[in-house]
Amino acid sequence: MNALSLRNLRKTYNNGFEALKGIDLDVEAGDFFALLGPNGAGKSTAIGIISSLVTETAGTVSIFGHDLKRERAMAKSCIGLVPQEINFNQFDTVKNILLNQAGYYGTPRKLALQRTEYCLKQMDLWDKRNAVSRRLSGGMKRRVMIARAMVHAPKLLILDEPTAGVDIEIRRSMWQLMRDVNQQGTTIILTTHYLEEAESLCRNIAIIDQGRIVENSDMTSLLARLHVDHFVLDLAEPLAAAPVIEGFLVERVSDKVLNVAVPKEIGLNQLFSQLSVHHIKVTSMKNKSNRLEQLFLDLIDAKASGAHP
Amino acid sequence: MNYSIAFRTIIIKEIHRFIRIWPQTLLPPAITTALYFLIFGKLIGGRIGTIHGASYMDYIVPGIILMSVISHAYANVVSSFYSTKFQRNIEELLVAPVPNWVILGGYVGGGIVRGVCVGAVVALISLLFADFSVKNTWITLSVMLMTATLFALAGFINAVLAESFDDISIIPNFVLTPLSYLGGVFYSVEMLPGIWQHISMGNPILYMINAFRYGMIGVTDVDIQLAFLMTAGFIVILTLFSLFLLHKGIGIKN
Repeated sequence: MNALSLRNLRKTYNNGFEALKGIDLDVEAGDFFALLGPNGAGKSTAIGIISSLVTETAGTVSIFGHDLKRERAMAKSCIGLVPQEINFNQFDTVKNILLNQAGYYGTPRKLALQRTEYCLKQMDLWDKRNAVSRRLSGGMKRRVMIARAMVHAPKLLILDEPTAGVDIEIRRSMWQLMRDVNQQGTTIILTTHYLEEAESLCRNIAIIDQGRIVENSDMTSLLARLHVDHFVLDLAEPLAAAPVIEGFLVERVSDKVLNVAVPKEIGLNQLFSQLSVHHIKVTSMKNKSNRLEQLFLDLIDAKASGAHP
Repeated sequence: MNYSIAFRTIIIKEIHRFIRIWPQTLLPPAITTALYFLIFGKLIGGRIGTIHGASYMDYIVPGIILMSVISHAYANVVSSFYSTKFQRNIEELLVAPVPNWVILGGYVGGGIVRGVCVGAVVALISLLFADFSVKNTWITLSVMLMTATLFALAGFINAVLAESFDDISIIPNFVLTPLSYLGGVFYSVEMLPGIWQHISMGNPILYMINAFRYGMIGVTDVDIQLAFLMTAGFIVILTLFSLFLLHKGIGIKN
């Protein structure tokens, strides 16, 4: 069963801007799905329509088989939304924010209290339950938003840049948390500008650009399409000039650092053989950029120039 | 879907809000009205004598109570709903499966409760200055509830359409307060010169205050049935308009 189905979804704002130009998308139940795209591509508009914050111009949205127009209450009750910006009542306590949210979804008080305790403990916020929310740190506020979205046990959790602006330590802990939530059966749709995050967490991916879906596949086959990997090599000895190695593009960044573009069909073994021939010792190496990031840029560039990636 | 839980959640949240900030919501009307009673009732009223057979102090008590109900029912909804919009936690309600009539009912309900609470506080204060008994409890309570409902709805519409904090103070300052003062709180409309009597009859607050006064002390300048019909009519119109705004998402959705 699909957790989410979009058909010919269109949105034209009052100023004439066409944010969505008829997108079709299916997200399977249980999936951890990435919805990516550059700023202004239409991601937030799509999420706004799915979560009823934006009114669509045309098209249909179906959530776990419930049409968002015809079975509005059923469809909405399946969704939990973590928006990009902090939008809870900053004057309320953490516990009340969750209890109110549960109430809006018709959760009886006793169950709401149990769910609130469970979600706050899962987010490591139970000790802060009586704190006024505006006094929390940025990372804690982000976790309150996730706890709030989960308090009514939604089947579909939409995370719109949930880790924006949080430090790497909290981001990693939030990744683990999202994995746990997904493993417990909740379908997750994630939008993020941290492509490393999407690559690490998501199984399937759609890339949206200028209001159209330009890519929609599973992460593994998408990454397999990347023909060239870029590496940064740290050298043991300084080099005066970049060596010329057939089949590879080598750039000298500094005395002891090289950038190398490695075609997948050739591979790293041959690179290292050639480096040995040139008496170049490598002390360490790393990917120049995240693989998905490279692919993402290739796709967006290709669409902009009208070529195939 | 159990909408009664969502309704209760909104209304309890609203009541907690104005109780939590009672020095801003419940204390000021007590002090202001005590000053009204002292200055207008005791000091000036003693020289005015009676109006329609009632002492001036007894005459102004209903108007001052209802004026407080009007301003606080309005203020509660306009400030609360606009803050909800401003902080964007209106999105909590829009994403959740809460029908528009539950959202409207919850916020308006909160405004009614605050209006009635403030009315009760002012009535208690008035007992320090005036000695009166309620002539018709049913009329008194129903006018108070209907008036609170009407102005809570008006506050809701103001909040939905407001785009800045200035927008939520314009109507109370430049429309509501003048209409309340000119609605016969401190005088009988019969005391006005001819043309001003006719102009005053176009002020809907005049009908509500007189209906309330009739319920409390049995004195009125207007037809009570007309006052009830007019208030009920406005409630129906504003309810439908509020639901239309919510349905269209005007002022709250992109």
